[in-house]
Amino acid sequence: MAETVEPLIDRDTLSAVLTEAMSAGAGFADVFVEQVERASVQLDDGRIESLASGRDRGAGIRVVEGDSTGFAHTVDLSSRGLLRAAKAAADAARRGNQGAVQPVELGSLDAADGGVAVAPSSVDKADKVSLLRKAEEAARGADGSISQVSAGYGESRRRILVANSDGVHAADDQTRTRFSVGCVASDDGTLQTGNETVGLSTGYELFDRYDVEQMARDAAGRALTKLRARPAPSGTLPVVIGPGSGGVLFHEACGHGLEADLVRKGASAFAGRKGELVASPLVTVIDDGTMDDEWGYLRIDDEGHPGSRNVLIEDGVLVDYMWDALRARAEQRPSSGNGRRQSYRHLPMVRMTNTYLSGGTTDPEDIIASVDNGVYVARLGGGQVNTASGDFVFGMVEAYLIENGRLTAPLREGQLIGNGPKVLQMIEAVGNDFAMGPPGTCGKDGQGVPVGDGVPTLKVRELTIGGTAA
Amino acid sequence: MSPDELLALASSVAERSGKGEEIEVACSAGESTSVRVYGGKLESLTIASSQAIGVRVLVEGREGFASAGTLDPDSVEAVLSEARDNARFAEADRFMGIAQPDGVEAVDVDLWSDEVLSTSNEDKIAIAIEAEQRVRDADSRITGVRVSAYGDSAGSFALASTAGIRACTSATFASLSIQALAQDDGARTQTGFASDGARKPSDLDLDAVSKRAVSQTLDLLGASQPKTATVDLVLDPRLAATVLGLIAGTLTGDRILKGRSPFVDRVGEQVASPLLSFLDDPTDPKSLGADAYDGEGLACRAVPLVEQGVLQGYLHDSYTGRRSGHGSTGSAVRGTRGLPSPGLHAMAVRPGSGTLDELIGQVDKGVLVFSLAGLHSGVNPVSGDFSVGIEGRMIRNGRLAEPIAECTVASTLQRLLLDVAAVGGEVSHLPMGVSTPPVVIGGVSLSGA
Repeated sequence: MAETVEPLIDRDTLSAVLTEAMSAGAGFADVFVEQVERASVQLDDGRIESLASGRDRGAGIRVVEGDSTGFAHTVDLSSRGLLRAAKAAADAARRGNQGAVQPVELGSLDAADGGVAVAPSSVDKADKVSLLRKAEEAARGADGSISQVSAGYGESRRRILVANSDGVHAADDQTRTRFSVGCVASDDGTLQTGNETVGLSTGYELFDRYDVEQMARDAAGRALTKLRARPAPSGTLPVVIGPGSGGVLFHEACGHGLEADLVRKGASAFAGRKGELVASPLVTVIDDGTMDDEWGYLRIDDEGHPGSRNVLIEDGVLVDYMWDALRARAEQRPSSGNGRRQSYRHLPMVRMTNTYLSGGTTDPEDIIASVDNGVYVARLGGGQVNTASGDFVFGMVEAYLIENGRLTAPLREGQLIGNGPKVLQMIEAVGNDFAMGPPGTCGKDGQGVPVGDGVPTLKVRELTIGGTAA
Repeated sequence: MSPDELLALASSVAERSGKGEEIEVACSAGESTSVRVYGGKLESLTIASSQAIGVRVLVEGREGFASAGTLDPDSVEAVLSEARDNARFAEADRFMGIAQPDGVEAVDVDLWSDEVLSTSNEDKIAIAIEAEQRVRDADSRITGVRVSAYGDSAGSFALASTAGIRACTSATFASLSIQALAQDDGARTQTGFASDGARKPSDLDLDAVSKRAVSQTLDLLGASQPKTATVDLVLDPRLAATVLGLIAGTLTGDRILKGRSPFVDRVGEQVASPLLSFLDDPTDPKSLGADAYDGEGLACRAVPLVEQGVLQGYLHDSYTGRRSGHGSTGSAVRGTRGLPSPGLHAMAVRPGSGTLDELIGQVDKGVLVFSLAGLHSGVNPVSGDFSVGIEGRMIRNGRLAEPIAECTVASTLQRLLLDVAAVGGEVSHLPMGVSTPPVVIGGVSLSGA
């Protein structure tokens, strides 16, 4: 392994800290140590505006006693600082309990190999600047109507170390790299936007796979197309969703509702439905932390458990929820590797990784041809769900009318709204053209984590389209 | 770290500037507590202390930035040298530079209460448990409380620069939020959310928060998808703050100068209904967005934005102020870890007349909105396209009627301003720093079945 040979905190210190955390007779404790370095370069308005670097280092200590969790974090990684945080967490969880001291013994460190082909920090800043310049020129060159271009480059390296009272002692080294281009097209006072973003859990080799000039032309093309877009219809219509970015549909329609912490609180429309047919038999939904290089890829989660491939819905039947260590402990089952946290300052909870609908057999052309009057959504933006009612929304950022089985006029942006449990039953066709979508950030209870999602072309019998046209 | 120590640290870094180098240093440190309860018991208690430093270095109009979440000498050293290195690669802009003192005196606003630090954790937990209990006991149709959370923070922010700026503020904040769940006869579950924010725990209105969480949840039971129609939207202060805040957020100098706002070049024009006037006023101590200094250390001041529907101007930081020729309006907003940019501190909508009930009474066909969904994906601040999911109660002939869900409303930010049909008389000071009465927006497209 490359640079993580030196663990962030040694084993003896971690054992002592966990022993202190458990000293009130707690049921479980863990230490999460994190060191992050980030860098970004931003081009906007014709100029490299700024370069920014950020660094973070700290530890969060969690103590679980019954249903109560005490949590404290510190930037002081000395043995003294960590012990003080452990005591604060134990005090916070204790609430009057007093038990025997149980020394915690850790095994040797299980460090994942987080090597990347080209560490972004090893690349000259001037090279990153020139990538942005190239993207800008390509976007402006696409058409005279492109009135504004922004482009951003970002890299992060996150080293984590997790140890817990069950003996877990694991480390990982996570690198992510991303690039985005945003264009504004203007025509006679009308402004429209087009974007393209790529990101992978890799190093600078991201740019062996993606051509930033092509990305820029794609972003410009989207903005230009929308200049002649008409208002989206309002009301209920059949909707065909294109491959890739449509994965956000399943992230919102069922992903969040299958998180075990929400299920437990009755805040999920899927609570108590394991083994039931909850979706069209065409639907198989998987959350897969092991998808190499994808944005939501993780070798271990933030509780030290290996990332894994979890089938959530198979041929329409609800197979399982997603689990973190806490919910898994409470129900005496293994974690599914979905315990994630934004940083050492945050408590872990159940989170998705890469969530997708697996591919079907239908030719995407045939799916479009099967619709007389509907909407084709080429790209979806973000979304939001109320997990308890199952109602969700997501934005269409590139969409077209379907008339008599053919794509016709481009549509202005609008929101689609549906109910997760209902929409899952209404999937009428699944294409053979599976693709992952752009990198996403999923927000839950104020914490953001990187996630991926993907879908093949698919048809939903009906969704409500929030446009302004009658 | 005390405020004086923070300011001393920021100053010591700024004083290390070399020839031709401008440096601006922001430092912050604080304590926070966060309580979540579930089922009458503590779910989690987080005790946190945090610190941060952000350094901007400017050399001949080229800007570099670096930040860290630690204030130890090694981190500070690394941040300064990274910011200097980053400045080498940025491109020059003759308007770029740190803020220059402009002689405006900072208003003395008291944002601190010792009560946040002196209240015991037991008492903080008790607030969240009491709120949860009140909601559970309110009605048999309440099936649970997804979360009842109390949070607070007490912290200081210091800023020092080579232009001679030395600014330091300390603030406390406490909040309470509840999400309730209800079910009726095996029908689908509905949720309702309520929250409050204040400078100190004893100012949190526990009664109002729990009552609102209950009523918002119960009033949605049996909600169905409405028919597609044109409706008036009645927005209570919390939702008015969300929608008008989004629109006012497009009136920032960076968006205007870069052509990314529907309101470019429109100062002096009637962009909104004559009923609507709003400004940004961080000098009002009643606002939870009040502040003495902006994110570049200039004094915060009142900035008129829309007066009887006519656009008055834009929000500027020192860069957009110089580039536009208007000067900074003291509107730089930033976290310690990020670059400043112009934004709203404390938006204030001028009250009209009438209570929320009276506004509802004047609507023939409308919706009293309980929640908006998908604001980040459904609003395009460049084109102005606006399409969001809503839940609420239909209004017919001035009376509340059936609950609705699974529907959207669509318009554009430009139209929403012009379509303001009434502005209420009772101002609420909301946790996000906006002060506004309820507002009615006429003629919006409702998409449903």
